[in-house]
Amino acid sequence: MFKSNIPDGTLDKKWEDYKDHVKLVNPANKRSLEVIIIGTGLAGASAAASLGELGYKVKAFCFQDSPRRAHSIAAQGGINAAKNYQNDGDSTFRLFYDTIKGGDYRSRESNVYRLAAVSASIIDQCVAQGVPFAREYGGLLSNRSFGGVQVQRTFYAAGQTGQQLLIGAYQALERQVALGNVEMFTRHEMLEIVIIDGKTRGIIARNLITGELERHFGHAVLLASGGYGNVFYLSTNAMGSNVTAAWKAHKQGAYFGNPCFTQIHPTCIPVTGDHQSKLTLMSESLRNDGRIWVPKQKNDPRKPGEIPEGERDYYLERRYPAFGNLVPRDVASRAAKERCDAGYGVGTSKQAVYLDFASAIERYGKTECRKHGIENPTAEEIRHHGTEVIKEKYGNLFDMYAKITGEDPYTTPMRIYPAVHYTMGGLWVDYELMTTVPGLYALGEANFSDHGANRLGASALMQGLADGYFVIPYTIGNYLAGEIRTAPIPTSHAAFEAAEKIVSDRLSQLKNINGTQSPESFHKRLGKIMWDKCGMARNEAGLKEAIDEIRALKAEFWRDLRITGDIGEFNPELDKAGRVADFIELGELMCQDALMRRESCGGHFREEMQTEDGEAKRDDANFSFVAAWEYKGDSNWELHKEQLEFEVAHPSQRSYK
Amino acid sequence: MEHYTMNLTLKVWRQKNKKDKGSFETYSVSDISSEMSFLEMFDVLNERLVHEGKEPIAFDHDCREGICGMCSMYINGRPHGPWEGTTTCQLHMRAFKDGDTIVVEPWRANAFPVIKDLIVDRSAFDRIIQAGGYISVNTGNAVDANAIPIEKDKADTAFAAAACIGCGACVAACKNSSALLFLCAKVSHLTLLPQGGPERKTRVVDMIAQMDKEGFGSCTSTGACEAVCPKEIPITNIARLNAEYGHAGLTSDK
Repeated sequence: MFKSNIPDGTLDKKWEDYKDHVKLVNPANKRSLEVIIIGTGLAGASAAASLGELGYKVKAFCFQDSPRRAHSIAAQGGINAAKNYQNDGDSTFRLFYDTIKGGDYRSRESNVYRLAAVSASIIDQCVAQGVPFAREYGGLLSNRSFGGVQVQRTFYAAGQTGQQLLIGAYQALERQVALGNVEMFTRHEMLEIVIIDGKTRGIIARNLITGELERHFGHAVLLASGGYGNVFYLSTNAMGSNVTAAWKAHKQGAYFGNPCFTQIHPTCIPVTGDHQSKLTLMSESLRNDGRIWVPKQKNDPRKPGEIPEGERDYYLERRYPAFGNLVPRDVASRAAKERCDAGYGVGTSKQAVYLDFASAIERYGKTECRKHGIENPTAEEIRHHGTEVIKEKYGNLFDMYAKITGEDPYTTPMRIYPAVHYTMGGLWVDYELMTTVPGLYALGEANFSDHGANRLGASALMQGLADGYFVIPYTIGNYLAGEIRTAPIPTSHAAFEAAEKIVSDRLSQLKNINGTQSPESFHKRLGKIMWDKCGMARNEAGLKEAIDEIRALKAEFWRDLRITGDIGEFNPELDKAGRVADFIELGELMCQDALMRRESCGGHFREEMQTEDGEAKRDDANFSFVAAWEYKGDSNWELHKEQLEFEVAHPSQRSYK
Repeated sequence: MEHYTMNLTLKVWRQKNKKDKGSFETYSVSDISSEMSFLEMFDVLNERLVHEGKEPIAFDHDCREGICGMCSMYINGRPHGPWEGTTTCQLHMRAFKDGDTIVVEPWRANAFPVIKDLIVDRSAFDRIIQAGGYISVNTGNAVDANAIPIEKDKADTAFAAAACIGCGACVAACKNSSALLFLCAKVSHLTLLPQGGPERKTRVVDMIAQMDKEGFGSCTSTGACEAVCPKEIPITNIARLNAEYGHAGLTSDK
């Protein structure tokens, strides 16, 4: 079913027309239709709540101990919406255009336009649920700016926007649980998709506490299982974030879209040593007020405060005067890498740049002093008042930085470096968010759809909630309307039995290797290969090496893995081993995809393909397509291409100068 | 910041499953960097245990940036360890010095049964939310977001309460295992906002009934919960909850 199914009509009318004509399911029939949802982040929880409200029988699954813990909770900076509350020229079209351009013209126009069109409703819905967004003194909602954009359209709740949005969706979900419309399965992991006569009919899940395998029937299955950034081992993802659900689906026939499109976020706390288990993001919102710089002198041994203004290189402001510190993430990350590689990095590792708030503190301080009627304020007074403003805006982020590094970012600049953060690639879906397997959908970060080769800041929350609240409730009806005559299939069906056997065989196989190395140690090694050779910069020779190294690692994994504990009990080592096994296979596909795409676009930077001044050089003539990979067996994939048509936003060299 | 390494003795609670009695095991760890997080120190120990063919220590953790609420260790007699306003995952080893002995236990409360080692079952919190910790608004019913202006102070106070991560440290710290700080955070968040008005009375009554049913104890205003809350939810929210509960109980209309 490799057809994008984009509706006819002009771009701005497609979604409206679709909704006007899409098939509906009457309330009585909804009660007998069952939907399974994997993952309870923004996409999964919002979909579960909305479908439960509509009357479908929903079963939701998460591996954490509560749906509220999904990693959407860690999103910091904000959520975009084309509300134009600031009267600064924003519109649905501008949000659409910024997103397409930000994604370096590698996403589908129709999907992105729909995303922009429903964005305003998301804010309305969240406020109605009681999400405590930041407000102005007049009681109305506040906005700030994010990268790659020249308007203020980002809504936020201090540095905890994801948490507040997720709690809103979680509460809506728990309300449906209380009403009996949603059944919640926590500490469960989906390990197989069940397909009967070409349609998705359920899943096999493992109860992580007891180790028992369970069979669940559904008329449709929604994967909202998040991204796969943890393939790099070190990333800003949660420790448990994994690709397993998506990967099982892929191996059962769902194509994987643009796997090599990964986002390296420019502002994260740098690595300190081998013990490091994860990286922590410092929100992009900090670039509203923080200025990024390195010393003009190589290997400058001085402390940041001792380096005078004239000897600092504010390299983003120098290279990109129009957007300055607010260039998109891929551009900012590469620029930081360029400076550090050239020998201008700071800190003990020299793999860091400064993010400095001194001038913002001074600017805010002066304004506040004026507001408080302080004439001729002292530097101390200005500092005090300015610090208060920064504290209110970013307090939790500054605290987090201080706890991790032991340094006070109010008085000394933060040290930051890029880190893996988000994956634009994911399961290929059509306009209705259906994968190539009928009845199997992918939502949120788990799909490939809206961000092209680079996601703009504050757009992941928008997409997760758009998919769950406002897209899937319409599009799933179009499929389920054809299923009203399908009675629930008993899980004693041979297909369920076969799927369960695949899972139990694989678990035994993993357990019975009885080797010497832990799942964690393999994961670390995979991450190193991926970061070195399929990270911020990629080239043909490196990618080929990476593929060989990953294959060797895979063989070693299946020969020398050690899992302590047993299968039939709570066993985090076993859970981890299964996830690492899938990451290894995915890693190879990512390298294959990166090797195939002989162009640079967004976060995918092929060193062979760059402009004279080191910017990404796209090749629209040959690569204006979505790469959708079909699994054909061990280390074997077939490439399918979805050509991208640009009717409105015509591709041009992306410029933020 | 000066970095250093240290050797430590750990006394960790090991319990195979819910039915097992459980006991402390002693481990020594060496060359621990002051730059590590507390959980990374556990990673090092676990990696060694796996290497020795022993079962690693099970503990809950996920985001490791202090926001998901999954981590839950009771460290030297204090939930989340010695730092104020900090989750276990954000606690760093520079809080300790060479030669220290550290005692690590799971949350202890009847309503939070141990699943394995340091992992407990906190699903009671989800059921308390199910009892009324929400605003009943279906998707698509919302008016324009700016149609409801909210005083900044109120919005800020609601946000401060909504910052609760549902980790359960408040219950673990309380001598009565009361869940009132968790509960009042949600009630305050929703009551302070006009959107939460219509269900104000039923919410507080139903949530408290569910809390009692789950086997949490009563509040005796000791304040241990506030002292250990990683998000520093103030105990004044309990006063607000009590007022709400009294108001709901003393008025006849629903």
